[in-house]
Amino acid sequence: MANFKITKENKIATIWMDQTGAEVNTLSVKMLDDFSGLLDQIEQDDEIKAAVLISKKDNCFIAGADIKDLMAIEDSKEVEKLSREGNKILSRLEKLKKPVIAAINGACLGGGLEVAMACHYRIATTDKKTVFGLPEMKLGLLPGGGGTQRLVKLTHLRYALDALLTGKNIYPFSAKKAGLVDSLVHKEGLYQAALKVASAPIKRKPKKLGLVDKALSTSAGRNYVLKKARETVMRKTRGNYPAPLKILDCVETGLNHGMAAGLEAEAMGFGELHATQASKSLIGLFLAMQENKKLKNNNKTENVDSLAMIGAGFMGAGITEVSIKNGYDVILKDISHEGLASALKTIWSDFSQMVKKKAMGAVERDRLMSKIKTTTQADDLNQADLVIEAVFEDIDLKQSILADVESRCKKSTVFATNTSSLPLASIAAKAAHPQNVVGMHYFSPVPKMPLLELIVTDKTSKRARQMATNVGIKQGKTVVVVKDGPGFYTTRVLSALTHEAIKVLHDGGKIEDIDNAMKDWGFPVGPLALMDEVGIDVGAHIARGALGEMFVNRGIEQDDTVQKLADAKLFGRKVGKGFYSYPKKGRKTVNTDIYQYFGGEERKELSKSEIQNRIGLIFVNECVHCLEEGILFSAKDGDLAAILGLGFPPFTGGPFSYIDTNGADKISKTLAELETTHGSRFKAANLLLKHAKDNQAFVG
Amino acid sequence: MIFKDSKVAVIDGLRTPFMKAPTGKAQDLKAYDLAREAINNIKHRYPFLEHDCDLVTMGSVIQNASTSNIAREAMIGAGLNLNTPAYSVTMACISANVAITNTANAIQAGAVKIAIAGGVESSSDAPVRITHKLKKTLLQAQKAKGFKGFWQVFKDFKFSSLAPEAPAIAEFSTGLTMGADADQLAAKFGVSRLAQDEFALRSHQNATAAWEAGQFKDEVCPLPIQPKFTLVEQDDTFYANSSLEKLSSLRPAFVRPHGTVTAGNASPITDGAAVSLLMDLDEAKARKLKPQVVIEGYAFSGQNPQGELLLGPAYTMPKLLNEAGLKISDIDVFEIHEAFAGQVLANLAALQDETFCKESLGLDTAFGEIPMDKINTQGGSLSLGHPFGATGSRLLTCAARRLVQNKGKYALISACAAGGLGSAILLKRIG
Repeated sequence: MANFKITKENKIATIWMDQTGAEVNTLSVKMLDDFSGLLDQIEQDDEIKAAVLISKKDNCFIAGADIKDLMAIEDSKEVEKLSREGNKILSRLEKLKKPVIAAINGACLGGGLEVAMACHYRIATTDKKTVFGLPEMKLGLLPGGGGTQRLVKLTHLRYALDALLTGKNIYPFSAKKAGLVDSLVHKEGLYQAALKVASAPIKRKPKKLGLVDKALSTSAGRNYVLKKARETVMRKTRGNYPAPLKILDCVETGLNHGMAAGLEAEAMGFGELHATQASKSLIGLFLAMQENKKLKNNNKTENVDSLAMIGAGFMGAGITEVSIKNGYDVILKDISHEGLASALKTIWSDFSQMVKKKAMGAVERDRLMSKIKTTTQADDLNQADLVIEAVFEDIDLKQSILADVESRCKKSTVFATNTSSLPLASIAAKAAHPQNVVGMHYFSPVPKMPLLELIVTDKTSKRARQMATNVGIKQGKTVVVVKDGPGFYTTRVLSALTHEAIKVLHDGGKIEDIDNAMKDWGFPVGPLALMDEVGIDVGAHIARGALGEMFVNRGIEQDDTVQKLADAKLFGRKVGKGFYSYPKKGRKTVNTDIYQYFGGEERKELSKSEIQNRIGLIFVNECVHCLEEGILFSAKDGDLAAILGLGFPPFTGGPFSYIDTNGADKISKTLAELETTHGSRFKAANLLLKHAKDNQAFVG
Repeated sequence: MIFKDSKVAVIDGLRTPFMKAPTGKAQDLKAYDLAREAINNIKHRYPFLEHDCDLVTMGSVIQNASTSNIAREAMIGAGLNLNTPAYSVTMACISANVAITNTANAIQAGAVKIAIAGGVESSSDAPVRITHKLKKTLLQAQKAKGFKGFWQVFKDFKFSSLAPEAPAIAEFSTGLTMGADADQLAAKFGVSRLAQDEFALRSHQNATAAWEAGQFKDEVCPLPIQPKFTLVEQDDTFYANSSLEKLSSLRPAFVRPHGTVTAGNASPITDGAAVSLLMDLDEAKARKLKPQVVIEGYAFSGQNPQGELLLGPAYTMPKLLNEAGLKISDIDVFEIHEAFAGQVLANLAALQDETFCKESLGLDTAFGEIPMDKINTQGGSLSLGHPFGATGSRLLTCAARRLVQNKGKYALISACAAGGLGSAILLKRIG
C-alpha cells in the first residue's frame, strides 16, 4: 500500500496518506481500495482503539478526485457504480466501532471533504492553506461520496445548500462555526491534538442553531428552503445546467427518505451528470485552464525584474493590482498625482474588502500596497524590463509613449500595449524595435476577469511573447495568444454579436426579448445590457475603426445609430441611461425612449429561436473566420477566450465545441437560411463549410 | 560630542506634507500610516533600502498604545525586509533629533552602514484616556469574585470618573502649559508682542517663498489619504497672506488677558512624518551617492523645567560650538526649532545676555548675536508646522539643503523640548 502508511502508538493507529509521486493526495479507485483494506486492519486489530487520518503532504489533506481518472471512464454506468462503491466504503468508515479522527491541514476538497465528513471527528488547522469545499457543481457534477447528505447533517440546510450550489471555498473559522469541523488548532500542533482527541471517548458538542435555522429545520421549513433554492437555481441557470438541480434532488431525497436513499440518488445522479455534455464541457474547460496556467519555459531573458505600468486609469489600476498581488513590484506612472491616488484607491478598496472578510491582514495589505512605486517622472521607467501601457485608446498617444519608452529604456525592454481595438501593427508602425512590441488585452475589471488576450504581430519576437505570457500567467490569468488584426479575436467577435443585436432592434425586436433570448441561450448578460455596461460610446469608437471597414466588406454594414446614441450622450450605465434606465435606487428598466432611434415605439414579437440564431450564430461564424484567417492559433484557444473573456455559455465548451456538438453541417445550413433572409453577413465561413463537408470536428 | 573624522553621511530626507490637527486632513490616518508613507517613499527613492537597510529609528511623542514601537510597525507596513531591526525613541519635541544622533553613533561606531532615522506625530491619533479612577475600578473588577467582591469595587464608584481625559500639553512636573511657559520666558528676556508677531510673520513669508521657489519639491511627497485617497501635496500650516495687522489682532492664548503668546505666534498642532537617510560615508561613496554633508557632532542638555523649560538652544548651541572650537561666524546655516516666536527670540536674547551666559552657561562673556539672515530662511515650525516627533528630521533635511545651496561649511540645528531639554546637531559640508 504505497499510498498509506500505518503507525501505532498507545493503542492509536495513525493512517498517513502520502500518494507516491504526486504533490497532492487525490482520491482514486486505487486509493479507495487501499483504504478499504486499512479499515479491515483497524477493525481486526484488538490493540487499536482509535485511529487518526492525516496527510504527509505539506499543504493538502485530499485535494479531491482525480478528474483525469474520471474523464477516462467513458461509460457513465461505470461512474455510477464507482460512486456506489465509494459510498459503501465511506458508510463503513462512518459505522466503524472505533472512532476515526480526521486531522486536516491544507486543501480538503471534493472527495477529500467527503472522506473527512465520514470520519467521527474533524480537527483542522487554522493555516492559510486550509480550505474546505465541494466544488463538483463547477464541473457539472455532484459530490458523489455522500457530500449531499453529510454536509446537511453536520451543518444545517441553508449553509449546506450554499456550499453545494456554489462550490465555494470554506475557510477554517467558518467551518468551525458551522459545525463542519469540531475543533481548530495551529498547524504545528495538529498531530498532537489529534492524538489527544483519539485517546479519550469522542465528545462532540451538538451544533447550535439560530432561531431562523431552527424554524427552517422543520419539515415545512425545509420544503420552503428547497423550493426557494430551486427557484434561485432556475433563475440563474435558466435550465442550462443540470447539476445544481440534481444536487437539490439528492438533498431532498436524503431529508425525506433517509440517508440510504439519499446516497443511492447520489450515485444515480452522479452517473447521469457524468454523461451530460455540460459536464464534459466544464471539465474540458477546467483542464484546458489548468494546462494553460503552466509556465512556459521561463529562462533568464524572459524574466521580469522591473515591471512598469503607464497610465493609472481603471485598467492600469487593475493590472497593477494583479501584479503586486502575485509578487511583482510595480512602477506606476501617470501624468498626475491625482490619477495615481485614484488608482491607489481602487486597489486599496479591493484589498480592504478582503481585510474585512479576514482573508487578508491590514498590515499585509499595506505591505502589498508598498510594492507600488507611484511616479510622474518618466525617468523612473528607464530600468524597466517590461512596460505595460494602458492609456486612452488613441493611436498618436500610444505611438508617442512607445517612442519615449524606446528612447529611454533598455534595448531589450518589451513594450506591451493594453488595447482592445487598435491594431498592434499601427501602434508599432514607427517602432525602432518592433520585435519588442506585444499587445496585452486585459478585460475589465482586471482582478475578476480571468482572460488575457495576448496579441502578436509577425515581427514580435519569441522572447517578447514568452515574457508577456509568463507575466500574464503569474498574474493569475489564462493567456490566449492571437495574431494581430482588426479587433483581434475577442473584440471582433463581440462586435459582430452586438452589431447583430442592434440589427434585431432595427427589425422591430424588443430590448428585453433580445437580452432574455441570449441569456436563455447561456450568456450571463444580454448583448444590449452588456453595451450599457461597457459604454455605448466605447462601442461606437470601436465600430469606427479598422474593424468597421473589414466588416463592411463582409456585408456587415456600418450602422451610425450607435454613433447617434453616443452623440445623444446615451452612454449606458455610467450616465444612468442607455438601452436601460438606471435609477439611483431599484432595478433597471427598459428605456423605451431609445426606440425612436430604431423605428419607433411599436415593437414586434420576434421568436426567441430567431433572435438566438441570428445573434448566436453570427458570433460563432465570426469565430470560425478568425481561425480561418489565422487570428486564432487553435480552435481550443477560441473556445477558452470566448468563455473566459466574453461569457460565451460555458456548458457548450465554447463556440468551436458548440459547432462540434451541433454539427457543422446543421449550423452552415441555418446560416444559409439566415443569409437568404437577412443578407450576406451570414455567409458561412469557408472553413466551416469545409468542416461540414468533411464532417470533421474543430476541437480534438 | 564631536566625532573624530565623522563617517555619518546625511544622504537625503523627505516627509509627508505637514497638516493641521487634530481635526485636519489627516484625521483618518494613524501615526502608523504617516510613518509608513514616509518610509515607503524613501524606500522607493532608494530601492536598495528594501533589503539593505540596517536600522530604522523613529521618534514620536504621543503614542498609540497599539503601535508603541511605531518604527517597527511602520517599516513593516512600508514593505521593508523583515530582518531589519527597528526601535522607537521619545524625547518630547526632540524625539527625531535623538533618533538621528543615536543612529549617527551607531554609524560612527561601525555597527550600522545604512539607516533610516526620523519621526512621526499624529495628534489626530492621540489616545483619549479614561481617568485613573475608572481604570483602577475596571482592573479591580476583573479580579473581583462574587457579589460581595463587586460591591467592594463599585461602592466608591462615581459617575464623574466616566468622563474621558483629553490629551493636554501641560508639563507633568510643573503643571504649566507650554504656552504659558513661553509667555513667561519671552517676558523674562524682554521680547515684546510686536517682536514675536514680526518673527511669526517672517516665518510664514519665508515658508511661502520657499514653497514658491520649489525648495520642497524633493522633500515633501504627495500624500494620498485613505479611504478616499484625497491628495495632499502641500503643507497646510502656513499662511501666504498673513500680515502684521492680522497677527496683532489675535488675543493671548495662554496668559489672559496680559500675555503675549497667541495662536498666531505659536506653532500649530500638526500631523506628519519625516525621515532622513543616514549612511556610512564609504558605503555611500561605494553606492555612488555623492554624499555632501556629514553629521559632525551633537549635544543635549537638561534644564530646570520650572523657568528654563524652553531654553534648550541657549544651552546646547554654545556647548556644541565650544566643543568643536567654532564661533557663531563659522556657521553658515542655523535651523532653530520655532516652538513659539517668543521662545526663539528669548533664546537668541539669552545668548547675548552677559549675566545669563556667565551664570547659567559658565562662559566668561556673552556668547554673541546670531545674525537673523542665517536663521530659518526657508520657514520654520511656526509656519511649516510641528509634528512633535518628526520636526528634528525636517530640521536636518532643511539645514543640509541650505548648507549645500549656500556652499557653506557648517550648519547648526537646535531645538528645545518639554521637560526642559535641548538638542543641537552640527553638520559639515564635505567634498
